[in-house]
Amino acid sequence: MESSNFWSFWVPSQPGVSALIWVVIFVILMYIARTPAHQAILVVTHSIRNALRVMARSVWIAEEKLQRRNREVLMAHGKEETERVIEREFQRVEAIINRDLSGYPSLQRDLNEQITRIDEDYVQSGEVPPKPPEWLKAIETVAQIPSEGSPVVGKILNDIHGTLKKSLEKNVAEYRKANKERHGLLKKMMPYWRSLTKILTSVEKKITGLENRSTIIDNKMQHYEEIVAKTAYAERMLSSSSLTQFFISGLVLFIATIGGYVNFQLVALPMSEMVGAGSYVGSIRASDVAAMFIIAIEVILGLFLMESVGVTRLFPIISTLDDKKRKVIIVVTFVFLLVFATIESSLAYMRDMLAADREALSQVLSGVEVEEPQFRWIPSVGQMVMGFILPFALTFVAIPLESFIHSSRTVLGMVLAWFLRILSLVIRLLGNLINGSGKFLVTVYDLAIFLPLRIEQLIQNRKSPDTSK
Amino acid sequence: MKTLLFATTLFVTLLISGCSEPKNHNRAVYMLLDTSGTYTQQIEKAQGILKYLLGILNPGDSLALARIDSASFSEKDIVAKITFDIRPSKANSQKRAFLESMEKFAKNLKGSSYTDITGGMLQAIEYLNETGAGEKYILIFSDLKEEIKKGHIRDFPIAFDGTKVVALNVTKLRSDNVDPREYQQRVDAWTDRVESGGGTWKVINDLDRLDSLLD
Repeated sequence: MESSNFWSFWVPSQPGVSALIWVVIFVILMYIARTPAHQAILVVTHSIRNALRVMARSVWIAEEKLQRRNREVLMAHGKEETERVIEREFQRVEAIINRDLSGYPSLQRDLNEQITRIDEDYVQSGEVPPKPPEWLKAIETVAQIPSEGSPVVGKILNDIHGTLKKSLEKNVAEYRKANKERHGLLKKMMPYWRSLTKILTSVEKKITGLENRSTIIDNKMQHYEEIVAKTAYAERMLSSSSLTQFFISGLVLFIATIGGYVNFQLVALPMSEMVGAGSYVGSIRASDVAAMFIIAIEVILGLFLMESVGVTRLFPIISTLDDKKRKVIIVVTFVFLLVFATIESSLAYMRDMLAADREALSQVLSGVEVEEPQFRWIPSVGQMVMGFILPFALTFVAIPLESFIHSSRTVLGMVLAWFLRILSLVIRLLGNLINGSGKFLVTVYDLAIFLPLRIEQLIQNRKSPDTSK
Repeated sequence: MKTLLFATTLFVTLLISGCSEPKNHNRAVYMLLDTSGTYTQQIEKAQGILKYLLGILNPGDSLALARIDSASFSEKDIVAKITFDIRPSKANSQKRAFLESMEKFAKNLKGSSYTDITGGMLQAIEYLNETGAGEKYILIFSDLKEEIKKGHIRDFPIAFDGTKVVALNVTKLRSDNVDPREYQQRVDAWTDRVESGGGTWKVINDLDRLDSLLD
């Protein structure tokens, strides 16, 4: 039945009247079914709201679990990193002790020798007062003899005075000579003093270096204790550090990817000379795949090299190997890298030759006279050098890659937790909206049948005074 | 480590899925050159198109140049044909040799009395199918006015089977100026013939817009 026929069903000539009849019928039906309709609306909306609440609660719990997991991952990684830093600091202290303080016994021996020499010189330079002549007492006794105007006694005394004067002058000369010798000895001591000062300054410097290291270790240990205690401060600190690491390592990786692309461009064209330009792997040229493979191998070799050297810790099995085996891996990976760098350098030169040939052909096809450009060797050499250096440069990708992998665990966990929290809030909000819409629908329902409701109310009002009576 | 493992697995999966459907990426181009009457004067333009093709075709692709004369369904009408080596350096040498053959042909070009376009098309399809290329092109450098020798039968459907036919430099004849519908009828007739045979048809009269020559 078409809708126009439906509305003009009762009085076909007057669709308006017919529609009004339909409305009256609907209103009456709705009035009759009011209570079950209200119940149905409210039951449906309440059920949906309850289901959404349960869902929101589940999402909330999942988010809390994820937060806990993130926290554990963060703390574990932070703990590991701090342990690594402290270990490194201890290694540095050990190195200082081995390098500088291992020579301490010989240093002490030197010091003792210097001190002994200085002591000997000092003892030798000591001032010994000249002993008074033995005959001085005899002279005193003679000098006490009364002269009583005797010229003989006066002469004797004069002679004694002269002898005494001569003796004293001799003594003063000897004393001056001895002093001169002492000054000479003291002058000789000066280099020993200087040497002693130098040794002591060097010892002071070494001790200061150790003190600085111990301060750093103290700070790191405090940091470590915070992490072990899982304090909120440690969590904030590690989260912030992870975010910074994520963005910085991401940026470095992006730059490294550009470097890889440049490397790829150097290798792809000459590889087509080897594997053919017409063959494909899927929808990618086989030469491109080969070039990517070479670059991937270089990156992997770089990863192993960095891992073996101990810069990164992506593969625990390598870091647990003994030093001898790790040295073998270092040598092998380095030799391979060197071979690849040499190959890439020659490929870069080949690429330059091919590009020149293609350029010459293009000039012939376009009717331009072919000219050999000046300084053609400069880009050729440049490409060869780049081809040699880039594989080694790509080795360092391992460092930002490790940071990126570790920090991305935390950052992705955080992003996922935020997403779950927002999802939970949205579901809760949706549940409340549906609940509210149920009440709104009940009101709209009543609005549609307001006329019979009003009549019902009037009847009840009319009845109620009787009831009160 | 798990992320690294996941990325590697994804890469390998993508690589394997990419390998599952091998597709021939090589292209084969067969250029038919009308040598009838006054159309021989257009040879320089044809040379320009061939040079453009030599510039854009890759190692592994095939190229053939053939003339349309009185009876074109013949290997004798193929002026030069080559499948470029997969090594770019060798392919460049082959392109130089092809260019020389083309210039030699252009110098010694003689006009023909009739224009057997259908025969040329049949020869082109045969050559293109033999190359086994993934994309097949017939470039027809002609005014599309077919004149068949008495007794030759050419009025039958041709199976193009995915071959892309490009009509280049379809010049207007004097009679077209009198009644332009003739020109349109010629083009429409070939369009119907190619499309009903399972091919695609395109006309490029502006030779400065050759970038859309091979899709």
